[in-house]
Amino acid sequence: MSLLFTNARLIDPEAGSETTGSLWVADGAIRALPDGPLPQAERTVDCGGHCLAPGIVDLGVKVSEPGERHKESFRSAGLAAAAGGITTMVTRPDPPPAIDTPEVLEFVPRRAKADSVVRVEPMAALTKGREGREMTEIGFLKDAGAVAFTDCDRVVQNTKVFSRALTYARSLGALVIAHPQDPGLSDGACTTSGKFASLKGLPAVSPMAERMALDRDMALVEMTGARYHADQITSARSLPALERAKRNGLDVTAGVGIHHLTLNELDVGDYRTFFKIKPPLRSEDDRRAMVEALANGLIDVLCSMHTPQDEESKRLPFEEAASGAVALQTLLPAALRLVHAGAISLPLLWRAISLNPARRLGLPAGRLSPGAPADLVLFDPDAPFLLDRFTLLSKSKNTPFDGQRMEGKVLGTWVGGERVFEA
Amino acid sequence: MTFSARHLLGIEHLHPVEITTLLDLAETYVAFNRAPGKHSDVLAGLTQINMFFENSTRTQASFELAGKRLGADVMSMSMQASSIKKGETLIDTALTLNAMHPDLLVVRHPHSGAVNLLAEKVNCAVLNAGDGRHEHPTQALLDALTIRRAKGRLHRLTVAICGDIAHSRVARSNILLLGKMESRIRLIGPPTLIPAGARDWGVEVFDDMRAGLEGADVVMMLRLQKERMDGGFIPSEREYYHRFGLDAEKLAYAKDDAIVMHPGPMNRGVEIDGTLADDINRSVIQEQVEMGVAVRMAAMELLARNLRARAGAVPA
Repeated sequence: MSLLFTNARLIDPEAGSETTGSLWVADGAIRALPDGPLPQAERTVDCGGHCLAPGIVDLGVKVSEPGERHKESFRSAGLAAAAGGITTMVTRPDPPPAIDTPEVLEFVPRRAKADSVVRVEPMAALTKGREGREMTEIGFLKDAGAVAFTDCDRVVQNTKVFSRALTYARSLGALVIAHPQDPGLSDGACTTSGKFASLKGLPAVSPMAERMALDRDMALVEMTGARYHADQITSARSLPALERAKRNGLDVTAGVGIHHLTLNELDVGDYRTFFKIKPPLRSEDDRRAMVEALANGLIDVLCSMHTPQDEESKRLPFEEAASGAVALQTLLPAALRLVHAGAISLPLLWRAISLNPARRLGLPAGRLSPGAPADLVLFDPDAPFLLDRFTLLSKSKNTPFDGQRMEGKVLGTWVGGERVFEA
Repeated sequence: MTFSARHLLGIEHLHPVEITTLLDLAETYVAFNRAPGKHSDVLAGLTQINMFFENSTRTQASFELAGKRLGADVMSMSMQASSIKKGETLIDTALTLNAMHPDLLVVRHPHSGAVNLLAEKVNCAVLNAGDGRHEHPTQALLDALTIRRAKGRLHRLTVAICGDIAHSRVARSNILLLGKMESRIRLIGPPTLIPAGARDWGVEVFDDMRAGLEGADVVMMLRLQKERMDGGFIPSEREYYHRFGLDAEKLAYAKDDAIVMHPGPMNRGVEIDGTLADDINRSVIQEQVEMGVAVRMAAMELLARNLRARAGAVPA
């Protein structure tokens, strides 16, 4: 089947360009436009001058299947992702039970294929039960399709265990994703230490806990030569360590979640639990530093850190409430705030949100060049709307953006040339 | 209306005029409570429920007495023993009680912000009797009344708050209140018990008690909350007493007429010398307890007025 997009503002993260033109798709992949007049396609989409970009590759989505299907299923997450312009969900291995054996892992692509309208690439746990004691069958898991290995928000405390897992992963070329956070210093904390947390009387942790853990991890990466990705860097204090590691040629990349780029610790206000995330929201200075690091490429990946939580687990005193926020549908409009604020260009944003995560995981997505899969999103970056959380397609509605004015609407999403969402 | 709040959740959202209004009314109740016929019907027909999710003897007794003296129907519940043990959430407990139509709900909870959360879910007026490390507004108000009676004013005083600031909701509410009333606040304690960012609150911070007490008008001691300690904030009780316990020698650095306060219950010989605590020329600790009842009567009367005004304003 062939498909022609005309009159599009093409956002090409690879070329770093924004051009007006057409895009030719055949047999599920992007093809070079033949010279001369536009070819006849079976279907033509007039983009009306709106943005056409590679679909978002979201590294670190929590789908709560198996175990907590009432919070999010592959069907609901897939629909939300499609509506949010995400064409690949890279799923976390932290639903109960942990995805730590090939047998459990196989469930993910099977269920995803049946239920999800967007692509799903699973990650697997680095240690059994995510308990930080014994490494998982990294080889088997990789063969079964795991694109990366992570214990998610749990830190492998024992450096011997972690260094062996890194060494073993290296021999297989497997990517290890860690959550840099010193477990001792951050024990019991649910906010960032400082004037605000102290006034609210909430247990808090210094952002230094992130720096300390990143320093430790960088030493272990230097020692083992492993491929390493920090899931979320959220503090300015961590940036020099990251910059130094990259300069020294370590195979290191880093990500940041959308909430740390668009919200700060003050948004928690009077104990609003929808703003309780992990790591906790930081100061405005840190937020700005993260935006700058994303724009200059020090931070490679921007992701949603989509974490569904039901109403009950959030309707509790702040300390007891669950962490995390849903973000599949708000990732794009929230990220566009940075574009509208002039902090980053659309092609650069698209590197962080699509090209870089795809590259890091060895996926062919994230490009507009011929041969790339026709995973595409068409969106109007300026369309304003008021977010009502109950309109979200996720089963869980725990977004911190409820009631907020946002800009940027997805008009259409295609996966492999098939339309999976139409506004 | 000079006191417009619907709930008393903290000092943070009170205006200085509201604080003064409340203290002025409380002042009338001080005299009232000293007279023999100490009963009125200001809260007659209203139901007051005290919900304490954390142990309390003094505060609970004070609220109970305040309600009874004003003619409310008072019920006290110790929530540790009841439904939360059966897995009921805070909100469900609140909704259950709300269905019984209380008018005043007095709540203490071990988690910061829990009382705010509860207040969102009920129709009655909620009084915070202490939430985690966040606020304890009636304690700050009774402290203010005690200070105002001893010093004649609340502005331009130097108030030293000493001890475990990090775990203290009493300290937070007092810092907010005294700051609003334009007094100068000093925090004294070992750095492990001073909360992060405290210097940004517009206070001075000292880890040398003698320097911190220099020229103080009011010395407010805090309980060393042993039950809140994860362990390891201070090396030992005796070293703490040596460096931060209030005795006559250290108090000599404060003004000659400085008063000594303590929210109770005291650990004699840990944060305060027993003889000093009993010195009627310096210590106002017993008066603080007396002011507590008066302030809580005033707070409940004002909230009840607003409650009735709202009920009258909305057609049935």
